[in-house]
Amino acid sequence: MINTTIPYAIELRDISKRFGAVQANKDICLQVPKGSIHGIIGENGAGKSTLMSIIYGFYEADTGHIEVDGEIVNIRTSQDAIKAGIGMVHQHFMLVENFTVLENVMLGAEGGALLRKGVSKARTELKRLASQYSLDIDVDAIVEELPVGLQQRVEILKALYRGARILILDEPTGVLTPQEADHLFRILHSLKEKGVTVLLITHKLREILASTDNVSVMRQGEMVAHRETSKTNKEELAELMVGKKVRLTVNKEEAEPGKVVLSAKHLSQFDSQGVKRLKDVSLELRAGEILGIAGVSGNGQSELLNVLSGITVMSEGEIHFAGDVISATVPKTAAQVRDMGMAHVPEDRHKMGLVTGFEAYESAVLGYHNSPVYNGKFLMNRKVMLDECSTRMAAWDVRPPNPYLKTANFSGGNQQKIVIAREVEQNPDVLLIGQPTRGVDIGAIENIHEQIVSLRDAGKAILLVSVELDEIMALSDRILVMFDGAVVGELDAKDANERVLGLMMANSYSDDPRGEPA
Amino acid sequence: MYDTLIQMLDATVRVSAPLILAALAGLFSERAGIVDISLEGKILGSAFAAAAASAVFGSAWIGLVFGIIASVALALIHGFACITHRGDHIVSGVAINTIVAGMTVTLGLHWFHLGGQTPALSGDQRFLAITLPFAHAMQDVPVIGQIYSNLISGHNILVYLAFIMVPVTYWIVYKTRFGLRLRAVGENPHAVDTAGISVTWLRYRAVMVCGVLCGVAGAYLSTAHNAGFLKNMSAGQGYMALAALIFGKWRPVPVMFACLLFGFLNAVAVRLQGVIIPGLGEVPVQAIESLPYVLTILLLAGFIGKAVGPKAVGRPYVKERA
Repeated sequence: MINTTIPYAIELRDISKRFGAVQANKDICLQVPKGSIHGIIGENGAGKSTLMSIIYGFYEADTGHIEVDGEIVNIRTSQDAIKAGIGMVHQHFMLVENFTVLENVMLGAEGGALLRKGVSKARTELKRLASQYSLDIDVDAIVEELPVGLQQRVEILKALYRGARILILDEPTGVLTPQEADHLFRILHSLKEKGVTVLLITHKLREILASTDNVSVMRQGEMVAHRETSKTNKEELAELMVGKKVRLTVNKEEAEPGKVVLSAKHLSQFDSQGVKRLKDVSLELRAGEILGIAGVSGNGQSELLNVLSGITVMSEGEIHFAGDVISATVPKTAAQVRDMGMAHVPEDRHKMGLVTGFEAYESAVLGYHNSPVYNGKFLMNRKVMLDECSTRMAAWDVRPPNPYLKTANFSGGNQQKIVIAREVEQNPDVLLIGQPTRGVDIGAIENIHEQIVSLRDAGKAILLVSVELDEIMALSDRILVMFDGAVVGELDAKDANERVLGLMMANSYSDDPRGEPA
Repeated sequence: MYDTLIQMLDATVRVSAPLILAALAGLFSERAGIVDISLEGKILGSAFAAAAASAVFGSAWIGLVFGIIASVALALIHGFACITHRGDHIVSGVAINTIVAGMTVTLGLHWFHLGGQTPALSGDQRFLAITLPFAHAMQDVPVIGQIYSNLISGHNILVYLAFIMVPVTYWIVYKTRFGLRLRAVGENPHAVDTAGISVTWLRYRAVMVCGVLCGVAGAYLSTAHNAGFLKNMSAGQGYMALAALIFGKWRPVPVMFACLLFGFLNAVAVRLQGVIIPGLGEVPVQAIESLPYVLTILLLAGFIGKAVGPKAVGRPYVKERA
């Protein structure tokens, strides 16, 4: 304890929360001084969002309690949290998109059964908040027409309008441009000066170091450390975040790239809104190499995977593969591309890789279900499917090794193994693999990485898309960096380090050795 | 010619009234995110309950109350399936329509022994036409007189109620707290939840309002427009109302005009029944009757503007992340 005379703005004591078998939060204690910016940092899945949802009354904690200004508050619903002066800006905005800013701010705090009185009050109040915290906004604008940064401002205004004195922001910069993020931090500082307490949840070290007073580190559902930001540094925080986890290294020999098996030329892709998501991407993929695609999520990687695998037809450009040319005028479907020897492990296994309601042996043949191997004369050959599934489950250490279990009942890592095994066992010439270890536990990660490398050593060409820099650096032989739909950098894996890649991913890399822009 | 037009418009108003009530009922439900294909069943259930109660108690008003009770009860069943148990809205709606279609006839047979009908209603057992002041005196004034005394005057009270409900619905949806929340919960229930409002209770209130309005529509059919309950007397009006709701893009005033258009087409179809056009033969009445649906499909296909419904409609609200 730092000081016992002034009560903390918010204090958590022994908060625990369990979802089924998963202990999302365990005995969390946290003390946040009034009028400070407090960072909570941790890897994806460390339990940060769960904790914040408990504070905001979205979930109820199994044990423990919360104190606001030194008094125990019973927060069971969001309404309770709002009453206690807690406001939250969610990672995915909680806005009604076709409402005006004003309507969104008023929702839930209308001030009477009729709107008229509330509207004029809200207008004056918003004007006051706008000038006090420099949060200017056109209150009559329709929210969906505003840029993301302003939408976030609406969320902040919503919280302040409800009288929030404690503001929680969950991964606020994930959707923002660097300029918008800088602006956000200026706003947070002015909030702090006016006595608002800010809780900032993020997994970005730079933001923590640049803008917080104190920082708490979460790892695997537990609060592992509290630091004053000025007395810590990037290295220490990174170590605390990942814990004893050994730095991701994969034993692999030098790559021996062979001939080019796939080459993409000037690929572009427009989405249904007419926005160009993929901009003139060219790449060559060689046998026996792993080409890593790095980038912040949402910078065209998904579109690239979809176009290469035949899920969407490119708008411009062509792909040379297996002696064929695929283009917008001569497209090929995903099934045709697969038959040509390209396997695809999609980024989102739930949406694209599996049918969660299927039993494991059924999920294990998806996409290859028409193969003669699995089909008798009229019916599918269940026995073959079951036997093969059992064999693969043993080889890939899928737990539990029960081919009859519903896909949804496997853990994320085991589901991913089912998908990867299915694709790799087809012995493809090219493997496209997106986020191979997202939501996968550490033991399984190693296993999956080894399999990818051994596939490479068998002379296959692998295109790896991942938002995890560690993974890109550990596995790739060559790295392309994508930003805003375009390839903005290419480097040999030997020359790559986090700083260079990070700058490239923000599209602010220059050869200036001091590198980092102001 | 002018007389004919007035007569057809008069018929339009009579046919449109229950459509407007049912479409506004659907508006409350769908704006809250609940797809309501069971408008049809609620109308039919209410028509039966209203006619039966009116026959037994001798009062159309008591009939109306029973009609509303029956309809709200059905609405609550729909709500229980869709809101509490996050069931499929269409399946629940179809189930309600099927059950009501069978149950009204079965109960009718059991209670009245008239082949599934209720006894014919007369006098106070029905809502009768109201003559507005000066209707007779105005009769002879050219143009306006006809419109006032034959088109505006001379309907039963439920017709007036239906048209009054249009501005009332507009006012509720756009000018009250309930309306703001109603519109929000159909677009993004998560936003409503994080604003500290109960999604469940809000949606239940919406389906209850829907039930009340369908109840009035049903009572209109059996105790005002007709004199008693007939088997399947709703005859697809619930679906027609749903089409009007989409055609009016989920907004009260355009929805009313859609109902009037559909009602007018119906009046035209009735008028042209058996009429033979030289060279073409008998007018295909069914073709005119199907126009509302054809128009709605054209609208949905994007040929007439764009119909974008509430974003979260038909999707159960699940708070927990998967």
